[in-house]
Amino acid sequence: MADKMKTAAEVMLDVLYESGVRHVFGIPGGNSIPIYDALTNHPLELILTRHEQGATHMADGYARSSGKPGVVCVTSGPGATNTLTGILTAMMDSIPIVVITGQSVTPNIGLDAFQEADILGMSFSSVKHSYMVTKPQDISRIIKEALHIATTGRPGPVLVDLPKDVSAALIDPTIENDRDLPGYKEIPVANSEDLNKTADLMNRALRPVIMAGHGVVLSGAEEPLLQIAEKMNIPVSTTLLGKGGFPDTHELSIGMPGMHGTAYANKALSGSDLIIAIGARWDDRITGIPENFCPNARKIHFDIDPVEMGKIIPVDCSVTGDAKASLEALLPLLEPGDTGRWNKQVNRWKREFPLKYRKEGKLRAQHIIEELARMAGPEAIACTDVGQHQMWAAHFVQSIKGRNWLTSGGAGTMGFGLPAAIGAQLARPESTVFTVVGDGSFQMTLCELATAANNKLPIKILITNNRYLGMVRQWQHMFYENRLTGVELEGNPDFMKLASAYGIKGFRVKRSSDVRKTLKAALAWNDGPCIIEAVVEQHDNVFPMVPAGATLDEMIIEAPRKKRSGAGDEQ
Amino acid sequence: MEKSIKHTISLLVSNKPGVLTRVALVFARRGFNIDSLVVSKAQSPEFSRMNIEATGDEKTLNLVLAQLNRLVDVIHAVDHANEDVIQRELALFKVSCPPEKRTEVLQIAETFRGQTVDIGDETITLQVTGKSSKVDAFHTMMDPFGILELVRTGKVLMSRGKAATA
Ligand SMILES: Cc1ncc(C[n+]2csc(CCOP(=O)(O)OP(=O)(O)O)c2C)c(N)n1
Ligand SMILES: [Mg+2]
Repeated sequence: MADKMKTAAEVMLDVLYESGVRHVFGIPGGNSIPIYDALTNHPLELILTRHEQGATHMADGYARSSGKPGVVCVTSGPGATNTLTGILTAMMDSIPIVVITGQSVTPNIGLDAFQEADILGMSFSSVKHSYMVTKPQDISRIIKEALHIATTGRPGPVLVDLPKDVSAALIDPTIENDRDLPGYKEIPVANSEDLNKTADLMNRALRPVIMAGHGVVLSGAEEPLLQIAEKMNIPVSTTLLGKGGFPDTHELSIGMPGMHGTAYANKALSGSDLIIAIGARWDDRITGIPENFCPNARKIHFDIDPVEMGKIIPVDCSVTGDAKASLEALLPLLEPGDTGRWNKQVNRWKREFPLKYRKEGKLRAQHIIEELARMAGPEAIACTDVGQHQMWAAHFVQSIKGRNWLTSGGAGTMGFGLPAAIGAQLARPESTVFTVVGDGSFQMTLCELATAANNKLPIKILITNNRYLGMVRQWQHMFYENRLTGVELEGNPDFMKLASAYGIKGFRVKRSSDVRKTLKAALAWNDGPCIIEAVVEQHDNVFPMVPAGATLDEMIIEAPRKKRSGAGDEQ
Repeated sequence: MEKSIKHTISLLVSNKPGVLTRVALVFARRGFNIDSLVVSKAQSPEFSRMNIEATGDEKTLNLVLAQLNRLVDVIHAVDHANEDVIQRELALFKVSCPPEKRTEVLQIAETFRGQTVDIGDETITLQVTGKSSKVDAFHTMMDPFGILELVRTGKVLMSRGKAATA
């Protein structure tokens, strides 16, 4: 009997492995040593990160790019609190990660023991679910449940707090211990009444627009969406997270809606008589003030999460269920109406108000982003950080399928770009992975360059260096009379020296005319990661822009022509 | 602003640590104030029953209900605002009561089927059970005598007849 015994930590790793998990991200510490000890000869591969935030974003990028859960294992106290930003990021974007935190031994919990943090209490509102393991023999059930909850229904992060005495305890691994989740709701199935009503509204609409969100990608509903859009001849706007759910290159694609959406997507939404949101939750960066959002359009909402129904926008019909299943059931009920004139109008807007930037003069971030995405090809995985460069990437990266576009949408977490790319490259070693990061965002998690280098991951890290927290500078410039406070990145490191300090390749590009040559060399570089530092125009602003509080049709389409004195070289 | 009404929500939840916090956070995040809360064991020891009274508008209530039902530890959560259910509450009133007032106080208590649980030279403590409206009415009647202390259990409820309390 005794020689069959294993520690709860070993049993946990076995369950993870049997469930298909192959990588664990994290950093050890006193209260997670039993788990790391169990990793010593285990087939699960440990990816040692340099910061726990990085570990969570890696697990997140791993999950976004592969659809498989990402697993994090850290220690208690500060190790655990360092994961909170990553947990929030995953929660806001519905990403399946499991975060295992070490904890003080059970008798000490609640007594302010060394490195004790009430991580359960701190994370309640940012997790899909969480556990404290108090009995060693519960470990296999809890890990199975954690993986199940993280990956099914509307995905999300699950936290498992594991006290050191529990992880080190010996248990009989043969005891079967299955999931027991009486309160976990089944995935709802769209009811036919709602589907019929939806079909009726769609069949009669003259100016319909589909707004495809992350739910399309998460549920793998790309194919039925394409069929519906083509059959009904309806323009499709993809949200920041829905990008790739419908090909950007398709003639019916009208790009991103909302604050920095395309002019034609916003005009189409404003002018439509029916908005069909599929796996999109009417984020305030799209709707602005809900009461003023497209009041003349009827609205349909497809979502897997009943909580989202009517949360922001009252809708005429809601279809609760998995996007793919719902769309497949809807398809046969649809009969093409007359959207010909509407599409002509939308196409006129597309021609009249294209996304654009200046190609002459100083190097523009948009230029190098567009070129990198084009040269990396449609199969590449594009990651971004948060700021202006993120919006430009959303504009100029062309995605043709899901899971190739990784960005922090709901939380807008600076520092996401590099670790997410590391996770993606580990999940999909055959794919080209590039990440577009701002000089500000990059410095929040740049320590993970070591992780990328150690694992020889050939990630292309494009830093759009504008020496500013550009997005905030843009707001201060446009809405605070250019009072620039706390946005100048005085003291940025020399990114080329930084690259060499980590033993990785660096390229610097300052002129538009050098972009292609440099990117060619960078894309050919496969001996570990490389940094491409693009020294770009400092005062560029992202347009179109819907000012906060305004409606979509009040967007500013282009930069105002006039220069304001002292405002620098505005577009 | 939509108008606020009083809701009585019953929940069947897993009997585990932390469940109450998760439930309370759902209310707190939207600023939905909890007026009363009763937690007790359900027939099966793996589950607990919660009865929560809260006041708020319909839209927020629906959001809160959906969010409660989304919690993994919540088996179900239902609002009974517009339903005829059995509802009871118990209250203890400690009332200032010199000997000359005793008869009067006891007479009122009797009308409410109240019970005397403690009596002293200056005070009397009465127990009243019933619908919350009855307890409210008793409160009004005792006010003039001077209520020194008051505690109410909060509302518990159950469906009538064969129907299970969802
Ligand atoms: C962790 C975090 N802190 C602060 C912010 C607020 N914020 C949003 S964009 C931005 C500027 C980003 O600067 P940079 O990465 O250089 O990108 P740029 O806008 O210049 O392209 C800031 C500070 C944020 N989103 N995340
Ligand atoms: Mg910047």
